[in-house]
Amino acid sequence: MNLEQLRQKLIASARVSTPEPRVPYGFSTRVISRIKGCRPLDAWGFWAHALWRATAPCVGVALILGAWSLVTTLKSSSGSGNGAFDVAQEFENTLLAGTEFDSPDSLR
Amino acid sequence: MDPTDGELIESVLRGDASSFEPLIERYSPRIFAMAHRYARRESEVEDIVQEVWLKAFQKLKSFRGEAPFEHWLMRLAVRTCYDFLRLHQRNREAPFSELSDSETDWLERFATQPEALPEDAEAARQLVQRVLEQVSPAARLVITLLEIEEHSVKEISALTGWSVPLVKVRAFRARAEMRKVLARIAREKYL
Repeated sequence: MNLEQLRQKLIASARVSTPEPRVPYGFSTRVISRIKGCRPLDAWGFWAHALWRATAPCVGVALILGAWSLVTTLKSSSGSGNGAFDVAQEFENTLLAGTEFDSPDSLR
Repeated sequence: MDPTDGELIESVLRGDASSFEPLIERYSPRIFAMAHRYARRESEVEDIVQEVWLKAFQKLKSFRGEAPFEHWLMRLAVRTCYDFLRLHQRNREAPFSELSDSETDWLERFATQPEALPEDAEAARQLVQRVLEQVSPAARLVITLLEIEEHSVKEISALTGWSVPLVKVRAFRARAEMRKVLARIAREKYL
């Protein structure tokens, strides 16, 4: 069987049959009512909605991180005895590190 | 006198959505005819055309009026049909054992006397539909536009957004894909 000849014969038959351009009754009215029914996209509303939905997960993450830092602090304080002091000391060192290096005393 | 496309579009862009209705009535027959080439069921055809009009309404601001509205709309329609084909890719390895009696008969007559067969036979039309459902969406689109609707390569490039060389490559591959499907039919039926 000559496949190219068969292909061309089938294409020719598809070419002969032009589809009927029949539009269903009331089609344009249906499309217009759908268009009118669609709300225009409100960018601010979209962001407000998204941010409001993000509130609960953000609060959840904050609570988990808070609890985790509290637990690790308590653990280290119970382990070394003066863990709470260490945290406070390290915080102070970090905070004052800049001023220590800037002062002329530190260069002597 | 009926308002022109430009006047209706201006009115829609000013906020009068009902001015869009005459445009729908004017061009829907052409879009329905096009959609019939890619979808079988009436409900699918109507979905495609509705999608075309919704997109047209949403993107109307991007219509610059340099070319006729009809050309802009047909580009949108072709791309929507292509999206539909990609979304509804049917099982491409479907067996051909369920060919109808008339289709089988048409094929048998083609095998014996190919020249004598009429081109407007219903069986041939069904068969070509069946074959086109087995090829890839790009192949189906390019065969429909190039060989069935007889558009030029340049026109297809404008309608699809593909470059001219890409259209040529896809047309070459589409013909090969179609021959492969036909070879499968011949194998299943006659071996």
